[in-house]
Amino acid sequence: MTEDNAVAIRNARPEDIDTVIRLDELGTGLAKPDYWHDIFAGYVRQPGAGRFFLIAEAAGAVVGFIVGETRIWEFGSPSCGWVFAVNVSPERREGGIGSHLLEAICERFRRSGVDTVRTMISRRDPLNLAFFRSQGLTAGPYIELERRLD
Amino acid sequence: MRLQKSTLFALYAVLELARENDRQMSTGDIAERYDISPHHLSKVMRQLVRSGLIQSVRGAGGGYRFSGNAKRVTLLDIIDLFEPSNPAVEGDEEDPAGATSVARALDSVRGEIDELTRATLQSITLRSLLKYAPAEVGEEAVAG
Repeated sequence: MTEDNAVAIRNARPEDIDTVIRLDELGTGLAKPDYWHDIFAGYVRQPGAGRFFLIAEAAGAVVGFIVGETRIWEFGSPSCGWVFAVNVSPERREGGIGSHLLEAICERFRRSGVDTVRTMISRRDPLNLAFFRSQGLTAGPYIELERRLD
Repeated sequence: MRLQKSTLFALYAVLELARENDRQMSTGDIAERYDISPHHLSKVMRQLVRSGLIQSVRGAGGGYRFSGNAKRVTLLDIIDLFEPSNPAVEGDEEDPAGATSVARALDSVRGEIDELTRATLQSITLRSLLKYAPAEVGEEAVAG
């Protein structure tokens, strides 16, 4: 466990699930309990290699989380670390907790042997775009494409 | 992305002033650093003052000071002050080809690019950009 300014970063535990569901709902406006139960099964209860679910804790309370994993040859990409969820309690934002979480998961990615971290964010989500930009992430070599299946 | 000179000068000026809290610089200082026209920059500075992003400081050692929040103001906020609101579709209303399916498909592609450009510029705050633009040697010489 690492500590900085009374915030500790640790691996998620099964009992964190309700708080994670609540924090995610606060951040996104959507409750996704089934999704988070699946994620906890694969990243917390029986985490596969290269999978990380980290919690930021202050004064015994969960104040943020980050989830990611290393993937290899997906979309033709050499091994890299993907961050697919990050969240900080609204009342604790702008205190560096998101930065600590990202740095902590990047350190785990490095130890897993990867040298790049990647994420995907809606271009209509300025809050998270600005966060990752502030952490030095820039446009990568891939373009996400999609089509409606009408 | 092609920016007008005024837009680029505004970005230079605001970023220089926002580099440090309470930093004061004159138009001449900024123009010299970026090797740009002081006359053109003066007009840009007046517009920036009107926008509230910077304020003029009178008296000896005066100049300009950043008066926004570097953690909130984005590159897009500054660019929007000087660039047409949507250059990708500028003039389309008079274009008779605009009614064709090819023209509409091209508009759609230009719209994609424009939306991506705006999202990128909106995601970069002055603080974020300055974090990765270290001060250059000798810069302290003109810092207020």
